[in-house]
Amino acid sequence: MEAAMTLHDLQQIKERELAARKPLTLRCCMAAGCMAAASQRVLEGLEAAVTSAGLRDEVEVRRVGCLKLCCEGPLVQADPDDRLYVMVAPGDAPSIVAGLKSPQASLPQADMTAAFFARQHCIVLANSGRIDPERIEGYIAAEGYLALHEVLNEATPQDAVETMVRSGLRGRGGAGFPTGIKWGTVAKSAGVKKYVVCNADEGDPGAFMDRSVLESDPHSVLEGMAIAAYAVGADQGYIYVRAEYPLAIARLQIALKQARQIGVLGSGIFESPFHFNIDLRIGAGAFVCGEETALMMSVEGKRGTPRPRPPFPAESGLWGCPTLINNVETLANVSAIFRRGADWFAGIGTEKSKGTKVFALAGKIKKTGLIEVPMGTPLRTIVESMGGGAPDGRRIKAVQTGGPSGGCIPEQHLDTPVDYESLGRLGSIMGSGGMIVMDEGTNMVDVARFFMEFCMDESCGKCVPCRAGTVQMHHLLDKIVRRKATAQDLIRLEELCDMVKNTSLCGLGQTAPNPTLSTLRFFRSEYEALLHPDPYGPAGKTGAALFPEALEK
Amino acid sequence: MKHASGDPRFRILEVHLKKHQFRQDALIEVLHKAQELFGCLEPDLLLFVACKLKLPPSRVYGVATFYHYFRLKPQGLHTCVVCLGTACYVKGADKILEVVQQTLGIPAGQTTPDNGVSLLTARCIGACGIAPAVVYDGAIAPRQTPGAALDAIGRWRRP
Repeated sequence: MEAAMTLHDLQQIKERELAARKPLTLRCCMAAGCMAAASQRVLEGLEAAVTSAGLRDEVEVRRVGCLKLCCEGPLVQADPDDRLYVMVAPGDAPSIVAGLKSPQASLPQADMTAAFFARQHCIVLANSGRIDPERIEGYIAAEGYLALHEVLNEATPQDAVETMVRSGLRGRGGAGFPTGIKWGTVAKSAGVKKYVVCNADEGDPGAFMDRSVLESDPHSVLEGMAIAAYAVGADQGYIYVRAEYPLAIARLQIALKQARQIGVLGSGIFESPFHFNIDLRIGAGAFVCGEETALMMSVEGKRGTPRPRPPFPAESGLWGCPTLINNVETLANVSAIFRRGADWFAGIGTEKSKGTKVFALAGKIKKTGLIEVPMGTPLRTIVESMGGGAPDGRRIKAVQTGGPSGGCIPEQHLDTPVDYESLGRLGSIMGSGGMIVMDEGTNMVDVARFFMEFCMDESCGKCVPCRAGTVQMHHLLDKIVRRKATAQDLIRLEELCDMVKNTSLCGLGQTAPNPTLSTLRFFRSEYEALLHPDPYGPAGKTGAALFPEALEK
Repeated sequence: MKHASGDPRFRILEVHLKKHQFRQDALIEVLHKAQELFGCLEPDLLLFVACKLKLPPSRVYGVATFYHYFRLKPQGLHTCVVCLGTACYVKGADKILEVVQQTLGIPAGQTTPDNGVSLLTARCIGACGIAPAVVYDGAIAPRQTPGAALDAIGRWRRP
């Protein structure tokens, strides 16, 4: 049975944790990227080195979440000056431990004053790389669950909704709907039973922000969900997480167990009448389940097919009850907003896009990893100053944002500030935060075909425009890449894009043509260069020209 | 009702079903557990789940086939998953896949005739910072090349 938790208990946990801290720490990255580079062995090596140096009482070796510079893992961050050792081998452990005392170290280190780190502004990732994600005490020592206590004891649900509205936070899942307004709608919906769902089905290829947040600071998401549940009047939550993220699932399970044990989840939280529980739902590899109505079907244990909206989930969601669905990063912002105030949050970012955004930098770029920057930061700052530009002296050709629903932003538009409206004007979307850099060597038509193949495979098959349209568009793109297409085919492709965009049932189909349309807009010459010179196609003016693929088979 | 085969894994699955109070909305959770225990979801197993959750077999089969993660056929001794996420793709994952397909003589999604290796592709495993990534028997390997992939598979092929 869980104990009744009070503010006093919370502070005691915090004080005990801080008192037990040793003067020096070595923080070893144990997120998926570094673990793939054998950081488990580095952690063991550090433990052994500390013991053999007789520094057990002075040095703590801590397992932490993402240290952000994923391309140079395994990473170890060390006191006293937060130096970051890169590409650490287990054998380097004794030198790292020695470096705690004598500053001259011969091991490779990252320059912490470089733009990659200096331009970051961490709200969502504030605890990432600092606390042990598998210990709730670490989160509490970093002011965790204080915001929940304050909201439950000092604010009405209406106040909580009001705070969210004032903060100006917009959904981080891609569409950018104002979070406060969504909370308000669910709060106003009539119904005894309401649900809060955390969308952790991060399906966009090239995006790993949500995975990192769940692996590095799972309690921030739980606290955000609990505050949201109080504001809208829900008593049950679900986290829908991808099966492809086993480490995130394991850490969430640990976090949920600990939160229930100390009583920040369950009944009568902080001696209030509020009760809230969270269950995990593991996805099973369907991209369409990131769409909210499909996600709800999947939570109910059915095939993840979307349905028309309205009714929106805020009115009729899980089992017909009002349901609040927020993305991982959105929820991870919540506790900071309540702790530091809506006005503080609204002071960051641009007029219409408040706060910060986490991006996953990947592709043809020198520094890959996780960054969090204020909204409105120019793309060029992100990819050139922070990411270091393309490797091997090549030039950046385009930046892809928004995954299969987004578009490619060409080099000449890199000075665009990153916010919802500016990216929308360029035919792309903010998306969940994947940012893939492409250099001169990347064939843009091939990229468009790649995304169309993705959408074709992931179409759930419920509505015809998406089910049949993506197949036909992929066929046409494939024909262009194989230099078998004519100018007529290009026109047909554009018509199809327009049709699928306007007639599909859900976001998957409505946005599937985006990568093709944006590459057509900015790189049309690449398409035209691949067209067959004969207007009737490679077979010439024969009947076969209509069905060239039939002849090939 | 006990399963006629007497296979103890059905008992473990039943405990898991009980944990979910035989709720029909736990179907996906139950299928995850079943696949973890048995390696794949064969018709017999799907019928067992349908019966226990009091769901029509068509519904269980429909869910099992809808989601990519569920397998209806047994896997090979080893699995090689080539990530084809965007970051891996622009860094040459397609070339890795091509070489592996040629060497194993099977297209992605299939298992070699000797049941040695299953070759799969992933939509994105979220390891974009260390692209291109390949997962060998559940362990993610960073910054792969066609040569590195062949080496890793070669170690399985040669006893």
